[in-house]
Amino acid sequence: MLVSVYRYNPEVDKTPYMQDVEVDIPAGKDLMVLDVLELMKAQDSSLSYRRSCREGVCGSDGLNMNGKNGLACITPMSAVVKKNKIVLRPLPGLPVIRDLVVDMSMFYKQYEKVKPFLINDKPAPAIERLQSPEEREKLDGLYECILCACCSTACPSFWWNPDKFLGPAASIQAYRFLADSRDTATDERLTDLDDPFSIFRCRGIMNCVSVCPKGLNPTRAIGHIRNMLLQRAT
Amino acid sequence: MVANITSLGRSGLYDWMVQRVTAVVLAAYILFLLGYFVATPDLSYADWNGLFACTAMKIFTLMALISLSAHAWVGMWTISTDYLKNSVVRFLFQGTCGGIMFVYFVWGIQILWGQ
Repeated sequence: MLVSVYRYNPEVDKTPYMQDVEVDIPAGKDLMVLDVLELMKAQDSSLSYRRSCREGVCGSDGLNMNGKNGLACITPMSAVVKKNKIVLRPLPGLPVIRDLVVDMSMFYKQYEKVKPFLINDKPAPAIERLQSPEEREKLDGLYECILCACCSTACPSFWWNPDKFLGPAASIQAYRFLADSRDTATDERLTDLDDPFSIFRCRGIMNCVSVCPKGLNPTRAIGHIRNMLLQRAT
Repeated sequence: MVANITSLGRSGLYDWMVQRVTAVVLAAYILFLLGYFVATPDLSYADWNGLFACTAMKIFTLMALISLSAHAWVGMWTISTDYLKNSVVRFLFQGTCGGIMFVYFVWGIQILWGQ
């Protein structure tokens, strides 16, 4: 199997380059892309990438595999390999630190902007803030995000304005707290989003939906936020 | 909130709403004109002149002109903030677009109410 992998070590290389590596895949096995990276690292320990849980929970190993973002640990080779070849690149649009490792500062900055925590100005009850099953249900499809950045780095609007547009990941988090019955800062949150960039830079091309490894729908969440803004202002 | 002074309404929601409402007006205007062309196969200058002499048509055309200007401003502004990263170049581009839209708008009024 031919693996073409993006290599860049700023201490040694002037420019990034693609390195072609022949990897022996054990016969009869459909390895995950991460397993192939592990085999490559056994051959060349200088190859760098992030990984942790190896089961699609931690969100560390977001990569661009044959042109599509996804988590290397839960993407089987059979799903991405074309003509017995795979091209592995870092997530697009973010600065590369080394090889497949990207600088996610901008991504986290957008996440921080949406205040991803419950704000409630009422005195805390003795035990807990209760939520009905229906209210809790509204958070399904929102809270599952693992912040792997596959969606935001597949979004052209985030590529052009990563400092101004929240991007799909932070947007779905913004709605997650707008939709939470225990949060009382809805108005302040909406006011923060009513500019031409934060939420309205989404053009609805749905790259985020097509790459999300957890099957979430940030475009729909953005639509809900726009509806909330519209209802508040009309 | 991201600060901005060159967008049409300075509010994301306002620009978004303006773009959608103006799109509906433009679609209605285009469909009306297409319908008129289909319903009037032997279109003469007198028919065309008569159509635009009607007050309702003047109102509709002016509404379409205003919609076109606002719609184009929101669209061109969005394109410029996506692709033009140098603020001087971006401002000049936005100024040029605004100028062209203003020319079209005044020219359109002149066509409607001029001699």
